[in-house]
Amino acid sequence: MGQPRVIIVGAGPAGVRAAETIVAAGLTPIVIDEGRRAGGQIYRRQPENFRRAYTDLYGTEAPRAKSVHDGFDALRDRIDYRAETLVWNIADGHVWTASGTAQEAIPYDALILCTGATDRLMPMAGWDLPGTYSLGGSQVALKAQAVSIGSQVVFLGTGPLLYLVSSQYIKAGAKVAAVLDTSSFTARITALPDLLALPSVLWNGIALTRAIKAAGVPLLTGVTPVAISGDARTGVTGVTVRLGDGSERHFAADAVAMGYHLRPETQLADLARCTFAFDELTRQYLPVRDPDGRADAPTPLYLAGDGARVLGARSAEASGKLAALAALSDLGQPVDQGAIIMLRREVGRYGRFARGLAKAFPWPHQQAAALSDDTILCRCECVTVGDVRRTMDVTGAAETNRTKAFSRVGMGRCQGRYCGHAAAEVIAAHGEFPVADAGRLRGQAPVKPLPIAIGEAE
Amino acid sequence: MSQGRFVRLAERDRSPIHITIDGTRVQAMEGDTLMVAMLTAGGTLRQSEFTDGNRAGFCLMGACQDCWVWTDSGHRLRACSTIAEDGMSVTTSQPGASWANHG
Amino acid sequence: MSNPVTHSDVLIIGGGLMGSSAAFFLRHTHGKSVTLIESDLVGRQASGTNFGNVRRQGRPIHQLHLANRSLEIWRKANELLGADVEYLQSGHIRVCYRERPENIGKMEEYAVEARQNGLDLEILTGNALRDRFPFFGTDVVAGSYSAMDGHANPRLAAPAFARAAQKLGAQVFENTRIGHVTKVGTDFIATAKDGRVFKAPVLLITAGAWAGELSAQFGEPVKLTARSPTMSVTEPVPYAIAPAVGVMTPLEVETVYFRQVARGNIVLGGSTRAPAVAETYRSFVKPQNTLTQLQQLRRLAPALARLNIIRVWTGIEGYMDDSLPVMGPSATTSGLFYAFGFSGSGFQIGPGVGQTMAELIATGATGIDLSHYRVERMKAG
Repeated sequence: MGQPRVIIVGAGPAGVRAAETIVAAGLTPIVIDEGRRAGGQIYRRQPENFRRAYTDLYGTEAPRAKSVHDGFDALRDRIDYRAETLVWNIADGHVWTASGTAQEAIPYDALILCTGATDRLMPMAGWDLPGTYSLGGSQVALKAQAVSIGSQVVFLGTGPLLYLVSSQYIKAGAKVAAVLDTSSFTARITALPDLLALPSVLWNGIALTRAIKAAGVPLLTGVTPVAISGDARTGVTGVTVRLGDGSERHFAADAVAMGYHLRPETQLADLARCTFAFDELTRQYLPVRDPDGRADAPTPLYLAGDGARVLGARSAEASGKLAALAALSDLGQPVDQGAIIMLRREVGRYGRFARGLAKAFPWPHQQAAALSDDTILCRCECVTVGDVRRTMDVTGAAETNRTKAFSRVGMGRCQGRYCGHAAAEVIAAHGEFPVADAGRLRGQAPVKPLPIAIGEAE
Repeated sequence: MSQGRFVRLAERDRSPIHITIDGTRVQAMEGDTLMVAMLTAGGTLRQSEFTDGNRAGFCLMGACQDCWVWTDSGHRLRACSTIAEDGMSVTTSQPGASWANHG
Repeated sequence: MSNPVTHSDVLIIGGGLMGSSAAFFLRHTHGKSVTLIESDLVGRQASGTNFGNVRRQGRPIHQLHLANRSLEIWRKANELLGADVEYLQSGHIRVCYRERPENIGKMEEYAVEARQNGLDLEILTGNALRDRFPFFGTDVVAGSYSAMDGHANPRLAAPAFARAAQKLGAQVFENTRIGHVTKVGTDFIATAKDGRVFKAPVLLITAGAWAGELSAQFGEPVKLTARSPTMSVTEPVPYAIAPAVGVMTPLEVETVYFRQVARGNIVLGGSTRAPAVAETYRSFVKPQNTLTQLQQLRRLAPALARLNIIRVWTGIEGYMDDSLPVMGPSATTSGLFYAFGFSGSGFQIGPGVGQTMAELIATGATGIDLSHYRVERMKAG
């Protein structure tokens, strides 16, 4: 019998550390990643001909980014690395990959999913205008391409990334028109005990806030988004928000970066038939797994990093190692129990901090009920909030997948990544039931669009 | 909007390349994604299928599929994850279906 | 305390397109009181996940009267139901490949018989075919075109019938799984798993892949095989393909079909089916089946190879060994009727089946020939 076949999907911090751990045990994992270069999104690498230094790109996290990149580079000839390769489906103990039009079905004895996260979005009037970008996207523009998304940028949303990216823009010389946070300052005070789980990270966050203010950029908390204004053909011209005192403020801008923290990319876990459970704190369904990352699924499946639950890049490194150790242990390989205990403790600390973040920067679910009927909810299919409400009224649909079947919300080519959570909130608010009862969009292959020419060359 | 949407902040000394957008030749830089090449030269990427508006991408990480543009032969390219190459030619609206039935 | 009891003239078990449309016509045309029971959600399995072909050609000749009747309903469905089911009467073309030239003769024979039964078909070959439908690959040599066929949205159709029935006074119970069903005196008594009881002097079973366990309770076991179709859809592209397109072939793997919806997406189906387990209520598309389907599509319409599929889906269909449905009265029990086992070909005839069953139940007779669909035929085999 050959050595156990371990597949790792994703080459961000979780995937790289998982791969290192598997290699350290003497096995050769297959590492499949959509990116051209390893690093994932948060430690995304710039193209080979760019010259900026690590500290310019990653700030306080530069040593960690470098360590992940160097760690991966050291593995290169000890792993089977498939870059620019999409896992489009998982079935019967195989991952199905596509790279260009080449395809393959690869069997596994253990599958470690390190699929990362994308921005969590709450729609608002005008968010379909050209010039509106996800917050994470605005960071990619700067980090990977050295561009700003506009010449006058408003950052709107909540969460640590709002402060990180806006301060990175300021530092890089971009014009930032305003930083607008939907969370109140008092929420941060309430969350302080949990945030103290990682004092240094908390301190970094406070420093970012100071840097934004020092640059003279308006920084407002507790705002309610009103509208992104502009022209459907030429794009964004400004952003209006309502302040705590009920007054409105308009900021002229040609670009908006918006995001409300992140959401895990769980489609592959779903296709691998992992069980999901509702998480009250963050108001979303998450894959069920044990503290080491073992999923509740019919084949040996392990989940690590932000793709399982958004705990940040540092936690992703630890949970990647932990998931790999769990896989090794289940494969009958010797593992260091002491290391497992230490890693569990570390991940636990990140978990406490993440709870603090969720309280300090809550998902503004209450906005869903207030969205006007003509607001686009599903950017792909141009389904409005009113379309969804009317569909519910006419058909009696009272669940996300049913509403999708009748209204096409979440049926477009992003597969509900950017509207799914908001759609559930709109449905729950309109139906006057808890959002857990609205369910979650079921994952459907292909995880991303698959060329009809797939397999053509065979 | 004829001027660019994206603003270059650094890495401005890379080699120039040229791409063609809807028949117009524009300059970009080696290492640009197609999206950056297009949006430093113009304001939008494509027409929306269902409205009279335009789109200019959204996630920049290959997840939203909003930044599709087309080669002259009608193959789609995801602009945010495609590297711009010298001589590349793209269109911002899906080329008319060559397969249209007649009657 | 006893369980709540619901009474009506007719009890229908199975809220797919057959049961929903039967409920509608029983209210609409015959004024019967109706209870429609669905174990899951209305139209969520075969009726909601199929390709959406409103296709008469290719059906057995003896089925064309039923199909013609159904077509009349599709044509006025929006008006009848007060809801848009996205019916497009944009034609249907069935083609055959070069490797099987004998199919051209078969197409012509079928067209002659079909014309005598109310279905007009035009046979196209060579340049005439390619000039009109330039998307076909070089393997395609002939096509049989029906101008009066088309397609509709299966996600919307059955629920629209059920809602229209409900508006007319039918009672619809979703998420209601019937465990035990029997006839006591003049009444059928169906007991849900949660204890609710439904009574009626007439029972219609339209439970698709789940019907066998119900008919068996009346001494008429029927072998149904659960299968899951392979469905895919592309990104929206400029609307340019009017007809629904399919392949005439004895090889299942070659039976790919596609249609373009008005919004622009191209829906693909066929070429493979996956085994399914009805009990689980959930089925999955096998990745290899998707790849095989795309390979077959490239042969049928090579220009579409530049597009992408953005989603796949499936549902659970009930297949009979002879691919013909069970439709008509029970042979053992008076007042009991069946309409199930449509074997992946029920969508077009669905509304006609509902109307015919309603007529049969309400008046005791129908002009549609149901002799091929008798439940007893299964015993004889």
